[in-house]
Formats: sequence, structure tokens, C-alpha cells
Amino acid sequence: MTTTPPGSSVTAVAPGADVGTLGSGAAIRLVAGRELSTRLRSKAFVWTTVALVAGVVLGGLAIHFFGGNRAAPASQVAIVSSAGDVADPLVATGKAVGVTIEPRTVADRAAGEALLRSDAVDAVIVSTSPDLEVVVKQSLDDHGQAVLGALAQQLALRSAITDLGGDPAAVAAQVSSAAPVATALEPAKKQDAGQIVAGYITGILLFLTLMTAGQLVAQGVVEEKSSRVVELLLATVRPWQLMAGKVAGIGLVGLIQMVCVVGAGVVMSLSLGLLDGSALDVGATAVWALVWFVVGFTMFALVIAGLSALVSRQEDVGSVIAPIMGLLVIPYIVGISIAPWDPTNPLVVWLSFVPFCSALVMPMRIALGSAETWEALVALAISVALIPALVWLAGRVYSGAVLHQGGRLPLREALRPHRTD
Amino acid sequence: MPTLDIDRLDKSYGEVRALRGMTFSVAGGEIFGFVGSNGAGKSTTMRIALGVLAADAGVVRWDGRELDHAMRRRIGYMPEERGLYPRMTVADQLVYLARLHGLTPAAARRSMERWTEVLGIAPRRDDEVLKLSLGNQQRAQLAAALVHEPEILVLDEPFSGLDPVAVDVMSGVLSEQAAAGVPVLFSSHQLELVERLCDRVGIVQAGTMVAVGSIEELRTTDERRWLVDGPAGASWAAAVPDVRVVSAQGTRTVVEAAGPGPDDVDQRVLAAALAAGPVREFTRQQPTLVELYRDVVAAPVPQEVSA
Repeated sequence: MTTTPPGSSVTAVAPGADVGTLGSGAAIRLVAGRELSTRLRSKAFVWTTVALVAGVVLGGLAIHFFGGNRAAPASQVAIVSSAGDVADPLVATGKAVGVTIEPRTVADRAAGEALLRSDAVDAVIVSTSPDLEVVVKQSLDDHGQAVLGALAQQLALRSAITDLGGDPAAVAAQVSSAAPVATALEPAKKQDAGQIVAGYITGILLFLTLMTAGQLVAQGVVEEKSSRVVELLLATVRPWQLMAGKVAGIGLVGLIQMVCVVGAGVVMSLSLGLLDGSALDVGATAVWALVWFVVGFTMFALVIAGLSALVSRQEDVGSVIAPIMGLLVIPYIVGISIAPWDPTNPLVVWLSFVPFCSALVMPMRIALGSAETWEALVALAISVALIPALVWLAGRVYSGAVLHQGGRLPLREALRPHRTD
Repeated sequence: MPTLDIDRLDKSYGEVRALRGMTFSVAGGEIFGFVGSNGAGKSTTMRIALGVLAADAGVVRWDGRELDHAMRRRIGYMPEERGLYPRMTVADQLVYLARLHGLTPAAARRSMERWTEVLGIAPRRDDEVLKLSLGNQQRAQLAAALVHEPEILVLDEPFSGLDPVAVDVMSGVLSEQAAAGVPVLFSSHQLELVERLCDRVGIVQAGTMVAVGSIEELRTTDERRWLVDGPAGASWAAAVPDVRVVSAQGTRTVVEAAGPGPDDVDQRVLAAALAAGPVREFTRQQPTLVELYRDVVAAPVPQEVSA
């Protein structure tokens, strides 16, 4: 298709040594190289990338310092010295409920209340007998209720055991080691915070980069049409080479951006230990996100390139690519609003196999740890199998429409047989 | 010298027949001016030669062989609708275009430097095209057509929008290219320029070549005319056989010898004028391209029933 009979190129090419024939590969590389160098130097690209990386870094720092997997701050409880022996059972009860308690001893009730007023402690235990008496500033929170309620029962039990002549310490030891043996019939895979955050980030990031890169393709195609430079280009390269180079170049730009952002995320989470205790497989999630970006971008970009060629002005781009952008928005909304809370939802699972939608939903499921490897591979195979058909279709629409100037060309017109030269 | 042959091109846009058997050829080293009213089919012919548009019928040949994609790379093209990347610098743009035509990076850069120098836009190399004046954009556009050292030049209205200095630069470049053996095909509405610059001219109307040849050939008509600035009134000319008065204004009289009259008819005109009084000017009047063009275009168009 692109090879020239050796005889014809001999006379066609000037005797000058500098001029050679340009193969398809070289033509596509040149076009892609132009996209790459122009886009990478554009302020829009630099600042978007910086903003995304900064977002990931700041987000990581925020999780590191203000929450995430770090234990909730310990509750400070003052204990009047006369009730000092309640400290150990208090800490133990707190631990059973999941609250860390740091007890401190104060001389008397007045000293404790002073600390309470200055917010240095959350509660003051003033006496343990006959009843557990606690002073708080305003009210006990739920955790406080649970801990102190359990503590009161324990103290009551202890005095009863003592009254009956038993050893409260031995009973306490036995009670604390007793636990139910539960057998789950359908153990639910519970998503931990790390996985949920990763799911969100994967979805948002893929949506943003696919959207941005898709827009770049649309603008790039129409820029060449509206500036009329396309006629000059098509006098030397074929339409499909121009389209392929453009898609490849912008795809690389998007991939570079993704690698920067995903890389920043991985480095942050590993270096700050954000994922300690999470079941998230950060390496696999990152690699899959990049793979799905490449596949998803290729599919979206081909369709967008074909459709954008139908119009000649930047103002008309939005309407012509709206349907395909819908295919990006719908799985994103479904993914982001359902998947993190209900990863096995049938809609989510179903969409994760549908081409175009899978590019967003499947990597989210992978991040959430709810997709089996075979599922990921099947979804990938379905999408990759569709690419050759998209290449053919988009190439045909693009070639048929790219030299048309004026109003929007109907798709039917673009698909009519045209020059095959 | 190899020849660029445009052979019986047909092209229709829906109901409109843009080209009907368009045929002509441009030899290497020749400057060919393509003139005709808007919509006559000049741009369509050029776009078909470049392979940007497909003809319904007919072929374009170079050196006897049908133009293919590889050979089309060797054409320098200036489209009717000017276009360069608005946000790319002149230098980057020209190097890119040269490389798309197969030049090596080093050769592309050398050629870019040479042509920006020749066309006087060297100081603007690092400016975005968007920031250039219209005239400089036009020069950049011509540089884009020349930067890959083409073997054939096809320029659609290269002179439109140029100031007189730029017209001279452009004319000089076209003449140099032709002198180097490149066939130069260009269209223009500036007929005086075409007359001055071109070796041959083709007048196109309604998709067909209606007159083609060198300016001299086109001018050679059966009627020969002379302008005589001499005796007032045209009565002196009435006595000369085979001659009629075309116009008479004061002392200036234009006479015409119809048909293949005797060769010495000019001498007889002069003698008759001198007999009537002193003659200050006696010139053979040849039709200008503008007049030829008007005559041709004013002729009724052969109407066909569209198929």
C-alpha cells in the first residue's frame, strides 16, 4: 500500500543525497514527534501535570498527618489518686472497645476538674466505690459511654466476686480471653481505606487524563483543518499516517502525565507508609492503571479523531464529540459512586467488561481488590480486539472528512468511498 | 526536459462540473501562468495534481509516468487557502515540513535557513507564524513550498496579498527555480505580472483550457493594429486599401488591417499618414493579456447538458 515500485522512486527523487523516501513508520514518527514536542512545551500541559502531582503529594501528606490509618488520638482520663487502682482495668476496657486511653493521676477532684476545664483531659474519674463516678465537661461521647459503661459493670462484678470470696484478677483474666468462634459462610471482602482511596484516585485520574487527552486530539485535528495546514500536510503524508501520528503523539503525552502522577502517588504512599496494614497492591494497581490508560486512550482517541474531522471550527468540536465523551462520563460516575462501596454490584461488574467503559471501571475494581486477574485479562482482551476495527473505521472517516471545509459533514458522507491513493 | 502533463481531467462536485477535459502541459524550466475567473477550475486542477483531491477521470503525469505518492512528495505546493500551524515558530514549521518531505534533519535545517534568508524572513525565524504580518506569512508560506527543494512547483495565487517588493522577490525566486529546470505552474489574477513573468499562459474557463500558448502566440491574431500619432482626423486613412479605422481621438488614430493583407500594409499606412502631415509616433499595437483574457472570457461558454 505504501511501498513504491523501486523503478518509480529513482526518477522521482532528486539526485541530492539529502532527500530520501519517507516510509509510513518515519512519517508517523515525525507527526507524533511534532505533537510530543509542541504539547510537552505547552504551558497547559506543564501546569496540569504540576497541579495533578501536587494534588497527589498534598493528598498523601494530608492523609499522613490528619488521619488515614493512624490510630485515633488517645483519650486522656484523669483519675483521682484515691481511685488509682482503676487505671489498669480502664486501659484494658478501652482497648477492648478500640479506644486508646492514657490515664493520669491527679491529687483530688478539684485538680481533675481544673484539667477538664482547660481541655487537658476528656474525663475525670473521682471514685470507684460504691459507684463509678465520672466528671465530664459537657457529655460523654459514644466511645466514652461504651468504655465507662463496661468499666462500671466490671467494677460491680469485681466487688461481687470479692464479696463471694473469689479472686477478681483470675476471673478477669479468664473473661478477657473468652471470645466467640464465628464461622462465616460467605466471607465479604471488606475494602479497607487504602483500597477505597486508591479506587477513587484511579477513577478520577483516568477520567481526567482520558478527558484531557481526548480533547487535545479533537483540538489538534480541528486546528489543522481550521488553519488549513492539513492541505499542505496531505500533499506529502497520507491521511491515516497523519491521524495515527497525532493519536500516538498525544497518547505519549498523556502517558507521560499519567506516569508522573501515578509515580508520585506510589512514591508518596510507600515512603510515608500510608498503606501499612492495607490490602492494597499498589504496584499492580499502578501498572494496571497505566495499561488501561493506553488501551482506553487508543480507543477514545481514534473515535474522537474520526469524529472531529467532520467539523472545521473549534466551536463545533464539542457537539460532534459529545456522544463519545458521554461514554467516558457515564462509567466514571457509576464507578465513582457505586464501586468503592459495593464493588460486586452487577452494574459495576458488567460495565468493567464493556469496551470504552471498562477502561475506567476495571482499573477501579482492580484498585479495590475486587477483580480477579482473569477478569482483568478478559476485559483487556475484549477492548484490544476491538482496536483494529476502530483503526479502520476512524481512518476511513478521517480520510473522507479531513479535507472537507465548511459545515459539519454528515458521517454518511465521510464514509462514502473516496480516494485510496 | 521532463514535462508535467495534465491530461483530460474531469471533476464534478455534485451537480457542478468543475473540470471538463482539462488538458495542458508544463515543461521543465518553464513558467506557466494559469489564469481564469474565480471558479473556473484552476485550484481544482492544482489540488488534483497534488493528490489532495481525486479526479473523476484523467491523469497527471511527470516525465511520462503517472504521478504517484512518492513523486508528489517532490512537488512544492502553495494551496489557495494559506495554512501553517499558527502557534509554531517559522523555523520549526519549515524544518518539520521539509522532514515530512523526506529531508534529513541537517538538510532540513540548512534548507530552512537558506529559504528564510532568500525570502527575507530570517529575523522572524523564532516567531510564531501567528505573530507575523500578512506579507511575512505569505513569504513563510512560499518558503514552506520551497523548503524541500522540490522538482516541480505548483503555486495557487502566490502573488495575492504581496507588497511590490515582495512581488519582486517572489518573481525572482520563480525565475531562478525555472532556470534550474523546475516546471513552475502558478495561478494569478494579476495579468500584467503573468504577462511579464510567464513563458506560457493558459486561459481557463468553465473547467476547460480555452487558450494556451506563449504570450506572443496568443497575441498573434489575424488583425494587426497600428497606432498613428500624426495628422488630426482619420480621413487620411480612408484611402489605404484593406485598412479600417478602429478609433480616432485628436491626432491619435488606431487602424486595423483585417485578414492576411499584404505584408507591406504597414508601410502603406505610414506613407498615407506622412502624406497628410507630420507623424510623431507609429507603433504596432498588440493586445495585452488583459485584452486577450477579456476576449476569451467574453466568448459564450459552450453549455452542455449535465449528465
